[in-house]
Amino acid sequence: MLNRAGDPCTLLIAPTGGGKTLAGFLPTLADLATTPHEGLHTLYVSPLKALAADIKRNLRVPVEEIGLDIRIEDRTGDTSQTVKKRQRVDPPHILLTTPESLALLTSYEDAPRIFKGLKRVVVDEIHALAESKRGDQLFLALARLQSLCPDLKRVGLSATVDRPEDIAKLLARNPDPCSILFADPGPAPDISMLETKESPPWLGGGAAYAIPAVLEQVKAHNTTLIFHNTRAQAEIFFHNLWLANDDGLPIGIHHGSLDRQQREKVEAAMVRGDLRAIVCTGSLDLGIDWGDVDLVIQVGAPKNVKRLVQRIGRANHRYNAPSKALLVPANRWEVVECINALQAVQDGDLDGDPRGPGPRDVLCQHILLRAAAGPFDAGDLYSEMTSAGAYVDLTRDAFDTCLEFCATGGYALKAYDRWQRLQKRADGQWQLRDPRAAARLRMNAGTIQDSDTLKVQLKRNRGGKPLGEVEEAFAATLSAGDTFLIGGQIVRYEGLRDMTVQVSRNASRKPRVAVFSGSKFSTSTQLSQRTLRYLQADNWPDLPAHTADWLHLQRSISRLPEPGRLLVETFERDGRQNMCVYGFAGRNAQQTLGLLLTKRMEDLDLAPMGFVSSDYATLIWGLDEVIDPHPLFDHEALKDGLDGWLAGNALMRKTFRGAATIAGLIERNTPSARKSGRQATFSSDILYETLLKYDPDHVLMQITREEALRGLVDFARIEALLKDVENRIDHVVAPHVTPLAAPLLLEVGKIPVQGGSAEERLLAQETESLMNDSGLAKV
Amino acid sequence: MNEISFFLAGTTLRALGSGALWWAEQQMLIVSDLHLGKAERVLRRGGPAMPPYETRDTLIRLENDLQASSAATVICLGDSFDDVAAAQSLSEADRLWISRLQAGRRWVWIEGNHDPGPIDLGGTHLAELPVPPLTFRHIAQNGKSGEISGHYHPKVRVKTRLRTISRPAFLFDSDRVILPAYGTYTGGLRSDDAALSALMRPEAMAILTGQTPRLLPMPR
Repeated sequence: MLNRAGDPCTLLIAPTGGGKTLAGFLPTLADLATTPHEGLHTLYVSPLKALAADIKRNLRVPVEEIGLDIRIEDRTGDTSQTVKKRQRVDPPHILLTTPESLALLTSYEDAPRIFKGLKRVVVDEIHALAESKRGDQLFLALARLQSLCPDLKRVGLSATVDRPEDIAKLLARNPDPCSILFADPGPAPDISMLETKESPPWLGGGAAYAIPAVLEQVKAHNTTLIFHNTRAQAEIFFHNLWLANDDGLPIGIHHGSLDRQQREKVEAAMVRGDLRAIVCTGSLDLGIDWGDVDLVIQVGAPKNVKRLVQRIGRANHRYNAPSKALLVPANRWEVVECINALQAVQDGDLDGDPRGPGPRDVLCQHILLRAAAGPFDAGDLYSEMTSAGAYVDLTRDAFDTCLEFCATGGYALKAYDRWQRLQKRADGQWQLRDPRAAARLRMNAGTIQDSDTLKVQLKRNRGGKPLGEVEEAFAATLSAGDTFLIGGQIVRYEGLRDMTVQVSRNASRKPRVAVFSGSKFSTSTQLSQRTLRYLQADNWPDLPAHTADWLHLQRSISRLPEPGRLLVETFERDGRQNMCVYGFAGRNAQQTLGLLLTKRMEDLDLAPMGFVSSDYATLIWGLDEVIDPHPLFDHEALKDGLDGWLAGNALMRKTFRGAATIAGLIERNTPSARKSGRQATFSSDILYETLLKYDPDHVLMQITREEALRGLVDFARIEALLKDVENRIDHVVAPHVTPLAAPLLLEVGKIPVQGGSAEERLLAQETESLMNDSGLAKV
Repeated sequence: MNEISFFLAGTTLRALGSGALWWAEQQMLIVSDLHLGKAERVLRRGGPAMPPYETRDTLIRLENDLQASSAATVICLGDSFDDVAAAQSLSEADRLWISRLQAGRRWVWIEGNHDPGPIDLGGTHLAELPVPPLTFRHIAQNGKSGEISGHYHPKVRVKTRLRTISRPAFLFDSDRVILPAYGTYTGGLRSDDAALSALMRPEAMAILTGQTPRLLPMPR
């Protein structure tokens, strides 16, 4: 690293660990040791708040040992206002921060003074940032910093990735070169499936059957991390683990919905080595040193093989021993998925598609934050932005559209000239019309989309202890007396007070479960094709007997999907009529198929209610049974009216909400705003529908379409799939849910069909029965 | 049928699926909380520039209801404008549009908390309007009867067998009816909110708006 200290941009690829991060700081420490420096010297950016805090601890040790006079501080969402203010006046030598905090810092008028003298920036875990809007925001902020400090040197630290040159392009100022250094990747990880005496269930995501075997593993290792795909699953598993933990092993739980203090407590206990295991979610990797972790357990099929390998690579890095990981399938389909994922790891067949160009909602937010920092020249800002890798191909027209959106809203109807947000001054510079708007813009900064959540707190006379958060939509379904799990304890809903969910501890054993929005994963089409080929065998000797039997059962009560044919199963469950379509086309294509088929079903008056897609199938449920699926797959009819339906579906509305929030059209719900009167706020769906009606080509509608289409495939792909099948549709009317369809019932990312005939019919039934029950119907 | 009739103080009223109330005997159409000019007000006060189409959208729906009913009298129950300045900032085209809707009929603007002052548009401005046996005002008052008001933007959630559905709704009991908000850019307050539970009698009913209005006991 020291030899490269003068390069404008360096990317270091190495397994994660203290060593890599320290390497990133070596040039900084060497420079500061020999040359006195006033103010900020090096900026460190990581995706995790906790990681910033951890690096601070780790960096201080060598600095104090050598006796260097270097100030190291962190600045994240958790830093107090007083400290933040002081840092702006008197920045430390090394500032450790997150993309969001950095974006905010650049939005102050005194940004040029804060960053004066900045020499280096270190971006940690850049492979994770490169996949998200947080990364896009960060790289735009770096472009801004580069204008303020032209000699700024950039360093990126990445886990092993398929295409390091793609990440190098994002990191470097275009067209600067970026050198890539590869560190010894260490021994290949040792991954296998956990063997259990009990068989996994058909259905179920909790992996409760594996609890005894998991406890045995925890006992046999020093520190074990137990990952889950969703927060809800982590809660259930932790609860069950605790009930079975007869030896009282110290085990903690950690995920993003828990209160910060609770999380910090668990992290501290882990750092002290007090914990033998931590149950956590993969979407929020722990920001602590993984050095002592000698076992990683993944519960549920790994939905993303690349991420799994990266995660496992973080464990045990100190000892140059292979990282050890165990997969625990939660049901029998996941056994099949795990076997195929393991095969993919062995073949080096990592998934992941390159991301397209940088999204424009992030661009809009950046323009607004730039305006908050003071007047700017549009041409300068444009060239600055196109120096960021993701925005190299941004046209001036596209930029101007975004600028216009930020200034006036950019509507076809010119209504707002008097109150536009940004104004062009006589000297050609753009500025905020009302300087007070700057504070408001900062409050809405950031690209992480949280669904609205409510804090959960023990009732005040019981201490008022904060426990964490649940989604507002979940809180709305609670009635007094309902129980749910949070932070591993069962609590009882007592009521809502000041927009906080008040609960009491409850000893009941059967909680309702808090519904957190599970992260959605997409696997590669390769993995689903691999699995489809696998299913063609007569026997599966490498599968545990229980799962092989389960596949044989599928073959006997229904059939196994085959290439060149389309299996369609229908069955009734819990008062819904289900149809499962096995395309094995990857989640994006199955998702498009779900949209098309629900549209056809609505046309044919089959009252569809929603669908969910996995990599291999789409499950659609509704009020009426599909007697003959053939007419649903008619090419022409499928295509007909598709655009209108696409525009109106729930997926689009959700995407719009995200884009509109980032671009600054919707302000984030602050708790105080929510308290002050709920009837004042209205749903973002209304804005979406209004634009759809009166201004369908508005830039935000374009952004929404672009983004939603990233998660879908175009009609041509579906047409090709159906052509391949022709009329070889195998319809099986099953007496109940089939082995292969069962896992779909648990899949996250369900998309409702809203405002359709099903809703009308359900409402009619329900209101009628309410009236009958109350005896009012005859009045 | 796209309406549901009910009785209040001996009069027959019809709740329309659009969120308007029809008093046939008086040929009177009542709407509440139009919040015209909301987008303009939000932007003026430093908020985001929302799509400036809500006035147009609200007026289109109002025009449809007026055409369908041939109302002789229109009563807007307050918060017709998002604030007084928003009313003054309406485009010339929108003002003309409102005048056209007003032509040939009596039009009453009841004052709301958002639009307390007189507004320089046609029609009569009143704090409240008694038309015995009924009284029209913006905010319901405890202890009154025969009262028609708005303000709260009530909405109702119905837990059906398979899905929970939430829509703007009328609330009524033997003393009063509270209208849902008619304006496009309006949210709602759930009927189980303490403010609404305190106002309405235990046997109060709700009528969900929508393609087909639905009658049910008011959820609380």
